[in-house]
Amino acid sequence: MASQNLRQPTIGVTPDEYQNLSKQFTPKPTVVKNTVRAFFIGGLICAIGQVMINLMVMGGMALTQAQTVATAVLIFLGTLLTGLGVYDEIARFGGAGAFIPVTGFANSIVSPALEFKREGYVAGVGSRLFMVAGPVLVYGISTSILVGLIYYLLLIF
Amino acid sequence: MFEMVIPAFIVGGLICVIGQLLMDLTKPSFTPAHMMVVFVTGGAILGAFGWYTPLVKISGAGAMVPLSGFGYSLSKGAMEAVRQTGLIGAFSGGVQATAVGIAAAVLFGYLVSVTFNPKG
Repeated sequence: MASQNLRQPTIGVTPDEYQNLSKQFTPKPTVVKNTVRAFFIGGLICAIGQVMINLMVMGGMALTQAQTVATAVLIFLGTLLTGLGVYDEIARFGGAGAFIPVTGFANSIVSPALEFKREGYVAGVGSRLFMVAGPVLVYGISTSILVGLIYYLLLIF
Repeated sequence: MFEMVIPAFIVGGLICVIGQLLMDLTKPSFTPAHMMVVFVTGGAILGAFGWYTPLVKISGAGAMVPLSGFGYSLSKGAMEAVRQTGLIGAFSGGVQATAVGIAAAVLFGYLVSVTFNPKG
C-alpha cells in the first residue's frame, strides 16, 4: 500500500542516453593488447624450449629425444611455477600465450588439484588433476586413434 | 645454441595469437579448456594431413611446444605405429609417442599439488 506512494525514479536519463553512457564507461576492447601479450609470452616459452633442445642436441642427444626431454622439463617448470603461484601471474598477463604451450597444460593440471586439495587426496587432488587434462587427453587420443584407423584403411586399399 | 630460436619465437607466438583471438572474439563460454581441446585436436588433424610437419621443420619448438604440437605427435605416432605393426598401432602409437609428456605431467602435477598449498 505504501509502496504506491513512492515517487517515480528520478534518474534523468532516457534508456538511449543510458546506453550511450554505459558504452562510454565500458572499457575499450583490449583485443590488440591481449594479442601482443599472447604473442610475446607464447613466443618466449617456445624460444626457451628451443634453447633447451639446442643445448641437448649439442650435448649429443638425438633431436626427437631432445624434443621429448625439453617437453618434460617445460612441464616440470609449469607445474612448479603454478605451485609457487607465479604461473597464474604469467597467465593473467599472457592469456592464451600462457595456456597454449605445454606449460599451460601443466598449469591446468596443478591449478584445480591445488584448489580442491581439501577434498582429499583421491576425490580432491587425484581426480581434479584431470579436470582440464582429461578432456584434452580424451579428444587428443581419440583423434589420433581415428587418424591411425583411417591411415590403416588407406594403406590396405 | 640460438639456432632456430627466432623462428620458434615467431611461430610459437603466432600460434598463441590464434588462440587469443579465439578467446577474445568468441562467446565467454569458450574457456581455456575448450581452447586446449581445440588446439590438440586441430594439431592432430593437421598432422594427419602432413600439414603440420613443415611448421615443425622451420620452427622446431615453436610448433612442438604449443598443444597443437602435442596433437601432431599423437597422430604422427599413430600413423608410424600403423606402418610398423598394423591395426594395433592405431591404438598404441599415439599414446606411445606422447607417453613421456603425459607421465611427466601426471607425476609432476601430483607432486606439486601435494607439496604446495593454494594461494589465498
